Amino acid sequence: MSEAPIKIDIQGLQKSFGANHVLRGVDLTVPAGKSLVVIGGSGSGKSVLLKSVLGLVKPDRGSIKVDGRNVARQSAGDKKHIAAQTGMLFQGAALFDSLSVWENVAFRLLYGQRNKRAASKDKAIECLAQVGLAPEVGELRPSELSGGMQKRVSLARAIASDPQILFFDEPTTGLDPIMSDVINNLIVERVKAIGATAISITHDMASARKIADEVAMLYQGVIIWRGSPDELDNSGNPMVDQFVSGRADGPIQMQVRKFTRR
Amino acid sequence: MNPIAAVGRLSLDVFGEVGRMTNFAMEGAFAAVTPPFFWRPFLHALARIGFASLPVVGLTALFTGGALALNIYEGSIFPDANAFIPQILGVSIVRELGPVLAALMVAGRCSSAMAAEIGAMRVTEQIDAMSTLSVNPFRYLVGPRVLATTIAMPLLVLTADIIGVYGGYLVSVHLLDMSASIYINTLADFISSEDVTSGLIKATVFGFLIAVTGCYYGYRSSGGATGVGNATRTAVVAAAVSIFAANYLLTSLFVDF
Repeated sequence: MSEAPIKIDIQGLQKSFGANHVLRGVDLTVPAGKSLVVIGGSGSGKSVLLKSVLGLVKPDRGSIKVDGRNVARQSAGDKKHIAAQTGMLFQGAALFDSLSVWENVAFRLLYGQRNKRAASKDKAIECLAQVGLAPEVGELRPSELSGGMQKRVSLARAIASDPQILFFDEPTTGLDPIMSDVINNLIVERVKAIGATAISITHDMASARKIADEVAMLYQGVIIWRGSPDELDNSGNPMVDQFVSGRADGPIQMQVRKFTRR
Repeated sequence: MNPIAAVGRLSLDVFGEVGRMTNFAMEGAFAAVTPPFFWRPFLHALARIGFASLPVVGLTALFTGGALALNIYEGSIFPDANAFIPQILGVSIVRELGPVLAALMVAGRCSSAMAAEIGAMRVTEQIDAMSTLSVNPFRYLVGPRVLATTIAMPLLVLTADIIGVYGGYLVSVHLLDMSASIYINTLADFISSEDVTSGLIKATVFGFLIAVTGCYYGYRSSGGATGVGNATRTAVVAAAVSIFAANYLLTSLFVDF
């Protein structure tokens, strides 16, 4: 069987905010149709990595190729190219408060692709059904939904235009374990149904094991380990071991600023 | 700190901010008048900024017209003081007070609301989400608001002019025993089409400034709820100051020509 072609190719990616060097040379490749989960502690640069691929953050150095196009130095055409084939589930759902749920789901269809409202609404209702939400939910406002429902609506919005690439930013943060599992199952199911390539970032190990074909760990701005979810418990890397087992003692030291009274 | 360095740093900050805002204003104007147009957000903004501001603008104009009539009457040294009320009141309302007061009320209502709404969208990643959905957030959020406010302001000022003059009428006729026909005829004789036009041109410029300042500070806000609060406060202050500055410049221009 031939190997899947590389969909996303990140090489030497660097990004700093002032003196804070967040990404120090990230190298990652994601084959088409595969789901890569990037794990790492808070502040390790996971979100910056994702936003760089999406074009929301401009990297200082390095290349990000999607289908061979370097989106790190995007022209307007490249931006449109990547935006047209991506969907993203944001950590806080990022639903538009001023619009109804169905308008949120159909936002790209209504305002990006200029489709008719009736057809867009039908598609939105269909996407809501795919994430287990009833058509009546479409008429509600995002503020009327629970956190889990907001995440599901955000997932429905991400898949509404059948994207080739899906990004998930901490998909289970703030959810109870059962709802987290529901979201994880939906992600696996929808990614497979669309045949999309997925990059997720999380520090929820249950989520990582469930949705990943491959896991990579980001630490201090570089990828320090990469392997299958089954290898997580026997990675041979002390930092991955510490992170997976959730121990405070180990090579990864959290920076805690001590308060001293003058 | 070296005082010269401090002055230099302050100057750079001020000019940098003015430059960024000017750039933002030009992009906002371009987004307002070139496709793609977002009609639904535009109509929504027009209703919220224009129609919903009518009560507050109307009440402000009504009371200002009434108070102005009383002041002209009480402050006059001539025995037939009420004869001057329509001419002074009419020109004051139509040229200055109508546009400036209406703009200040709309700035308080809408510039702050725009900054808060767009700022909240920025800090909750809704603007990033819009980018990932193939929609240019600047065009979707700023363009319709700039166009709606620029169109709504002259209409609001025209309404404020009529209500302000009517406020003066109520006080002059019912309180100061002036003849209704004299009030109306004097008003018609003294208010020229140039007076009305200059007021409406001012209103158009003020509307543009209100939208640009509100959107600018909202769009650039960061730092969570505190950042949005700061953006909201700064937007209102900047809108008010820019209204007064633009009013002076436009008045100078109209006086010269």
